[in-house]
Amino acid sequence: MEDKFFNTTIYNEESRLAAQNLVADYLVYQEGMEVLESQMLEQVLDLRTAFNPEAYGTEEVLRAIESDKRTVEDFGALLSPAALPFLEQIAQAAQKERQKYFGNNVHFFTPLYLANYCENYCVYCGFNCHNQIHRARLNAEQMEREMQVISATGMQEVLLLTGESRKMSSVEYIGEACRLARKYFKVVGLEIYPVNSDEYAYLHSCGADYVTVFQETYNPEKYGQLHLAGHKRCFPYRFYAQERALRGGMRGVGLAALLGLDDFRRDALAVGVHAMLLQKRYPHAEIALSCPRLRPIINNERITPLDVGERQLLQIVCAYRLFLPYASITVSSRECARVRDNLMSICANKISAGVSTGIGGHGGSGLGDEQFEIDDGRSLEEIFVAMKGRGLQPVMADYIFV
Amino acid sequence: MDKFILGGHEFHSRFILGSGKYSLELIKAAVEQAGAEIITLALRRANGGSLENILDYLPKNVVKLPNTSGARTAEEAVRIARLARELCQSDFVKIEVIKDSKYLLPDNYATAKATEVLAKEGFVVMPYMYPDLQAARDMANAGAACIMPLGAPIGSNKGLCTLDFIQILIDEIDLPVIVDAGIGKPSQACQAMEMGAAAVMVNTAIASAGDIPQMAAAFREAVRAGRRAYLAGLGEVRKFANASSPLTGFLRD
Repeated sequence: MEDKFFNTTIYNEESRLAAQNLVADYLVYQEGMEVLESQMLEQVLDLRTAFNPEAYGTEEVLRAIESDKRTVEDFGALLSPAALPFLEQIAQAAQKERQKYFGNNVHFFTPLYLANYCENYCVYCGFNCHNQIHRARLNAEQMEREMQVISATGMQEVLLLTGESRKMSSVEYIGEACRLARKYFKVVGLEIYPVNSDEYAYLHSCGADYVTVFQETYNPEKYGQLHLAGHKRCFPYRFYAQERALRGGMRGVGLAALLGLDDFRRDALAVGVHAMLLQKRYPHAEIALSCPRLRPIINNERITPLDVGERQLLQIVCAYRLFLPYASITVSSRECARVRDNLMSICANKISAGVSTGIGGHGGSGLGDEQFEIDDGRSLEEIFVAMKGRGLQPVMADYIFV
Repeated sequence: MDKFILGGHEFHSRFILGSGKYSLELIKAAVEQAGAEIITLALRRANGGSLENILDYLPKNVVKLPNTSGARTAEEAVRIARLARELCQSDFVKIEVIKDSKYLLPDNYATAKATEVLAKEGFVVMPYMYPDLQAARDMANAGAACIMPLGAPIGSNKGLCTLDFIQILIDEIDLPVIVDAGIGKPSQACQAMEMGAAAVMVNTAIASAGDIPQMAAAFREAVRAGRRAYLAGLGEVRKFANASSPLTGFLRD
C-alpha cells in the first residue's frame, strides 16, 4: 500500500537501499535492555490507530474549543483538518489556558552538546553513524569551560546532550558532566540515549532532574523504516524511557514526535495521550512537550517537514496546550525568531537561547559538527529583551534540586 | 482595623499577596495598592544569579514569605525551608507539598510531618492544606502558626468551592485560618473574611487581571470590608420576609 506520508527528502541512495533490506526487528528488545511491566504502549498505539483526523467536523471542533475539560476526542478534533479554519479561536482559547497556568512567565534554558558520536542510523539525523561529519567529545576540562561561558550569560538551566553512543559517551561520562553542571546551574536536564532505570537513578544522584526522549514517530512500521540500526532501532525500549526515568527518581520527563516523519496529526495525538497516561500513572511528575519539525542537516539540505507548515505547527501546539494545560511546552531554535516569539505569547512557555548544536560551540572554536541547522541563533540577552518587549516575564530557574 | 497577630508578629493588613505569574516590575505597585505587609515567593524562583532575581524587586518593608513549592515529600519541603531561611533572612515559611502536577492539590499528611520538623526548628510554619479537620488539628498540634486551607485548586480562580469545610476549620481551630488558593474575585475574598477567616492569600486572580495594581486595590477594599462585616456581626439569614405578626395581629388585650 502506498504511504502518502512517506518523506522522500530525508533519504539518500545509501539509506534507501539499507531500508529495503531490513528485517522487521524494531519491536525486539536488545541485550541488556530493561523490560517494564506496562501496557502504556498498547494504550497509546490503540488510541493512535483509532484516531481518524478526517472524521471530525465543525461541530466537534467548536465543542472542543468551548469545553473546559477536554477529552481525547476533543484533542482529536483540535488536531483535525476541520479545526484549521478556527485557528484564531483555538489560539485565543490556548492563550487563556497558558495565562491561567503560567501567567506571563517564560522559562529559559540552553542545550549543551557534549559529544556527537552515534551508533544509530537514523536517516534524517545529522549525527547518524553513516553521515560523514566531524566527530568530537568534550573532556572534563572542555565541558567546564563551556559551562562557565554559558553560566556567565546568566543562564541557570542547562540541557546536556550527547549522540547515542554508549561506547563513546558512557553513563559514567554523562554522570561526570551532571556533577560539573550542578556547580554552575540550578537545573540540569538530559537528552541522551535511553538507559535502564538504575542508570537513570545514578544520573539523578549525579544532579540530573529531567529526562527528555523524543519518540520521533509513534508509527512502529515507519519507525522501523527510519531507524535502520543501533539501540534506537528498538521502538518499545525508547517508548518506555520516560517511565524508567521516573522510576529512577527523575523529577520530570519530556517527550515529542519529530513532525514531518509520518502523519503529523496522528503523531501529535500519540504524544498528547502518552503524556496524559504518564501524568495519570505518575501524578507527581512534571510533564514537558516539544514540537520539533524536521530540519536540514549536513550533507542533506533538502530535508523539509513536508505538510507541517506554520499554521499546522501553531495548531498542534495550541492543541497540546488545550488538552494538557499544565504541561510545559518548549519551542526549539529549529524555528525562526518570529514563530518562536509568537508561540511563547500564545501557547508555549519554555524557550532555548544562545543555542549551538555543535560540540564545543560555546567556548569559541567548534570541535564537532551540528546535529541540525538552527534557525534562531539569538543570544540569551537578545531573547530576554524580546520576551520583555512582549510583556512576558523571563524565569531563569523554576526548580530546586533537593 | 483590628490587628492581625501571626507567629508573634503584628500586622495591620489581612491580605497576603503572591508574586508569581506576573512581571516583576509590577510587584512594587501591586504591594502598594494591595496594602500588603506579607508577600509570598517561590524559593525555586528566587535565584542567586544575575538576571531577574525576584528578591531585588520586593519592597524592603514587607515580610517575605517563601514557600516550598516544588517539594514532593516532607523531607524536600524541610530542605527547601532551610534554604529559604538562609536566603530570605526570615523565619516565615509556607509549606507546600504537592505530588500532583495536574491539580496541584496538597498532601496533608506529608505537610503535617514537615510542619512538625520545622516548628521545632523555630520556623513560623504556615501549612497549605486541603481543608480537613483532622489534618488541621494535626498541623496545630505539630506547632503550625496558622492553617491555610484551599478554596479551590491553585490558579483556578474558582472561588470558595470548599466553603463549608473552611467554616468548620474557622469554628474549631484556635489558630488563624488563612484562605489560600482558588480565590478568583474580590467578592470571594470578602466572603471568606465575613466567614471569619483571619486573612486571605491571592495570586492568580491578580496576576491574570487586566490591570494588576487596580485589581490589587480592589482586593484590599474587599478584604477590609469583609473583616469589618465579620467584626460587626452579620445579621441572621431568614428564609421568608419577616411580617410583623400575621397570625397574632388580631389579638386585642
